[in-house]
Amino acid sequence: MSFYLVLTVNSITFGGLLFLLSSGFSLIFGLMRIPNLTHGSLFMLGAYVGATFVVGMLGAKMNFWLAALLATIAIALTGAFIERFLLRRLPGNELAQVLVTLGLSFIAADFSLMVWGGDPLTVATPEGLEGFARMGSLVFALYRLAIIVIAAVVAIALWLLLERTRLGAMIRAGVDDPEMARVVGIRVSQLFTIVFALGAGLAGFAGIIGAPILSVYPGLDQDMLPLALVVVILGGSGSLLGSFVGSIVIGFIYNFGQALLPELAYFVLFLPMLLVLLLRPQGLFGRHVP
Amino acid sequence: MTTRSIALVVALGLLIAVPYWMPGVYYVNVASQILLYAIFALGLNILAGYAGLVSLGHAGLFGIAAYVASYSLQHGFGHGASIIFAIAIGMLSMALFALLSLRSSGIGFIMITLALGQILWGLAYRWISITGGDNGINVPNRPELFGFSLADANTFYYVTMVIFLICIGMVAIFTRSPLGAALMGTRDQPRRMNALGYHVWAIRFWACMFSGLLTAISGILFVYYTQFISPQTLALTASAEVLLMVIAGGAGTLFGPVVGAILVVVVKSVVSGFIERWNMLLGFIFVAIVIFMPEGLVPGTTRLWRLAFSRQAKRTAGVTEAAP
Amino acid sequence: MTRKISRRTMLAGTAAGAAAAAFKFPTPAIAQNAPFKLGLLTVKTGPLAQGGIQMEQGIVTYLKEKNYTFAGRKVDFISADSGGNPAGAKTKAQELIERDKVDSIVGPLAAFELLAITDYIAQQKTPLLSLAAAEDMTQRRPNPYFVRASATSSQAMHPMADYAAKELKLKNVITISEDFAFGYEQMGGFQQTFEENGGKILKKLWPPIVTPDYTPYLAQIADCDGVCQGFAGSNPLRFMKQYVAAGLKYPVVSGETGGDDALMHSFGDEAIGMYSCCPYTLDLQNESNKRFVAAMQKDYKVDPGFYAAGLYINGMVVEAALEKTGGKSDNKEELIKAMRSVSLTDTPRGPVKFDHFGNVIGNFYVRKVEKANGKMMNKTVKTYENVSQFWNYDEKKFLSQPVYSRDYPPLKS
Repeated sequence: MSFYLVLTVNSITFGGLLFLLSSGFSLIFGLMRIPNLTHGSLFMLGAYVGATFVVGMLGAKMNFWLAALLATIAIALTGAFIERFLLRRLPGNELAQVLVTLGLSFIAADFSLMVWGGDPLTVATPEGLEGFARMGSLVFALYRLAIIVIAAVVAIALWLLLERTRLGAMIRAGVDDPEMARVVGIRVSQLFTIVFALGAGLAGFAGIIGAPILSVYPGLDQDMLPLALVVVILGGSGSLLGSFVGSIVIGFIYNFGQALLPELAYFVLFLPMLLVLLLRPQGLFGRHVP
Repeated sequence: MTTRSIALVVALGLLIAVPYWMPGVYYVNVASQILLYAIFALGLNILAGYAGLVSLGHAGLFGIAAYVASYSLQHGFGHGASIIFAIAIGMLSMALFALLSLRSSGIGFIMITLALGQILWGLAYRWISITGGDNGINVPNRPELFGFSLADANTFYYVTMVIFLICIGMVAIFTRSPLGAALMGTRDQPRRMNALGYHVWAIRFWACMFSGLLTAISGILFVYYTQFISPQTLALTASAEVLLMVIAGGAGTLFGPVVGAILVVVVKSVVSGFIERWNMLLGFIFVAIVIFMPEGLVPGTTRLWRLAFSRQAKRTAGVTEAAP
Repeated sequence: MTRKISRRTMLAGTAAGAAAAAFKFPTPAIAQNAPFKLGLLTVKTGPLAQGGIQMEQGIVTYLKEKNYTFAGRKVDFISADSGGNPAGAKTKAQELIERDKVDSIVGPLAAFELLAITDYIAQQKTPLLSLAAAEDMTQRRPNPYFVRASATSSQAMHPMADYAAKELKLKNVITISEDFAFGYEQMGGFQQTFEENGGKILKKLWPPIVTPDYTPYLAQIADCDGVCQGFAGSNPLRFMKQYVAAGLKYPVVSGETGGDDALMHSFGDEAIGMYSCCPYTLDLQNESNKRFVAAMQKDYKVDPGFYAAGLYINGMVVEAALEKTGGKSDNKEELIKAMRSVSLTDTPRGPVKFDHFGNVIGNFYVRKVEKANGKMMNKTVKTYENVSQFWNYDEKKFLSQPVYSRDYPPLKS
């Protein structure tokens, strides 16, 4: 009984982390139809940059949340740069987009090795969240519970952005019908840069927030990218609700699948992904078939 | 003779003479690698380039052929039988792949092939009784052909070269055939093709089978070259790498995949000996290609070449451009 | 009759000499003056770069200490990056042997890389010294040109199990390790010795190599008195952090990669109290280790661990072998024979000698993690001497049992 409870709670917390990871990808893909294969690298870079600040490589140790903020901004700027100077030249050219995003991920991987070396970096759990919440004989790490809260806050913030602001209205118009949006006078190019920067920033944020649990190491980008893809496929792209629910669902599949069907541990995510793609290609909540 | 046919003849000559002008047996081996990856890239190009169907799981099919060949060799079957099994099962797997993936196109196709590739990769790791898990399967001997042993680097190179020429010939015939034209039609205007009465699904399916044949051939050459197969060969990075060869070289062109294979194999095998951060270099090359020649190296250089020549032509013909 | 050197022959001779100097015709390495070529097959890109970079640091440290001279011969050192995959390892091995004509190779890093090149190495008769732990390389499918100065996967786990049963008095242990051969072989070795000493393995957990969150597995760890982990690379870090975050408090024992000294600086308090058994330990107080550690700290500002020490010691073995052959390296059979007959007493891991399969017989150290000056450090608590890959089992009997795998030894429960 307690076993299932532990797994349930962890499914939700891991789902929260997955939401943070995939929301950026979903946003970019939903609006710009670009499969951003640099996403894993942006996650990893966010974790490295944040860790650098937290551990104090550039001077004194910094508060975790401040470091996370700085890392997010840094990665968002990187995203803006990538969109403005590289992706903007390739509208609709899917193959070139794949080439450039993969090329950038190669550069990011080697760059990280050059700067931070091959050893993994640990990020200490932020102060105040190092303890445990106890429920009878069960313990839950406070930081993991905090991640659900953070994910929920980010989800609500994104929802407010999309539903209650002018920028959000423009983004939704762009998702639904880019040509009409242009006709109506929306500066779609500028919008794209902002959205890409936002998506990249979310990825970087997810990286540093996840760092106390996942640590930071070469190869983190390749480990996390497939997870982001799975969530986006299952939940459906361009849909915030889809992204959130999809993340929680994947959290459950990941935890219960690996615990109860260890023989299928390698397939526990890709089999459901395949099923969804075959039976409901737009994902559980997606609005259009990709 | 046009510039193009002169270039082709020179290239063919260089290809045939490789063991003579390459500075050492190591480079002949690199040339063999380039050719077998070129065949792999040609196979993927049928789908990604001519059909507009980008696959991120082709390393899985490559791996199936390699595993079937090494598994049958391991169990006492001869080279001939193992090769036949590998091609047969490779193409059957491709048929299954196609049945599942062709239900979508565009991003859906990419994601399904990615999922299938990952599942095959997981199978390679877990089905230890057949694949040996991450210990892999060793292939102790290469076959003999007409008394020549492929264990010799030059012999292996020539066999690979002949197979490569046959494959690229097949692709050339395919693309100039009605089926090839129809395939490109389904890439550019699928709805119109449908309206015109073409069976889009069937055309794509046969393209997949052709792609599967080329992929299986390259997988078999690979396992005879490396004499080892393990799950790493089916990883996502391997699928990404061959896709990059196709795109960087020029998707939808005949020689694009070949140029892409040369680029990636040379950087990975040769340049990596001189430059430690060769991965980053490769990334920069890809980014540069996207900036200067987003259609790929082959179409891009052709375009720049024509531009240069047309300028020259305009200059020499300056007299005739005098009056309107 | 004196031979007159005509102008023609003199010009021809000069031309030939100039040509030889310009084109460097290959000269057989008979003369002691020709350099000894040592190749390093390592990984410098991708996730395995962590160990690969340390491997290069280790061998370069030894070469620098010896001024790139072994037994009076200059050493040409060539480093190759395999990219961490078997095809790359094969290509680079070919590059080292066919293009660079190396006399001997140290490396590669991973077992699957080693398995990809073992036939080729034997065919080319190039002595290879690796720390890849694949058991059968020196057991059921031995390669006569192979030397391993580090350990087989289970070689460190047999003493760990002995310690866990006898000193820690553990009785019911759950094992957890990555789902691949290195994991199976480590846990298999632990299980065999642990069960012989009255212990019992309750469960064997095998998370895939790429598992960001171990919680589904940690949730299954209960009702035992100890945990044995065999993670490698950067996974031990994540595992221990998540282990403690899951509220688990059972003592943890691990192998050579689980508690690697080079990883200690990344660990936080979650590692305190973890045991590991490794063929190398940072706090070994002998002359060569003191020199080695000082050099690593000076040149690279790091504490060395299993990978760097392994390659440093490989350098020592190559040099000792060359001393035995009088600096000669063109007879490959002689060279490998000399390598396998090397017996050193003062190396960073202590005494080193080889069994007839080319695998090391040496000391294994059980360490416990303690906090000192705000950092995590391994403190050696017990030394097992003269440990071979067969522990104290009869060699024939050991070889007749199947290689350790996911299901061997089978779970008694």
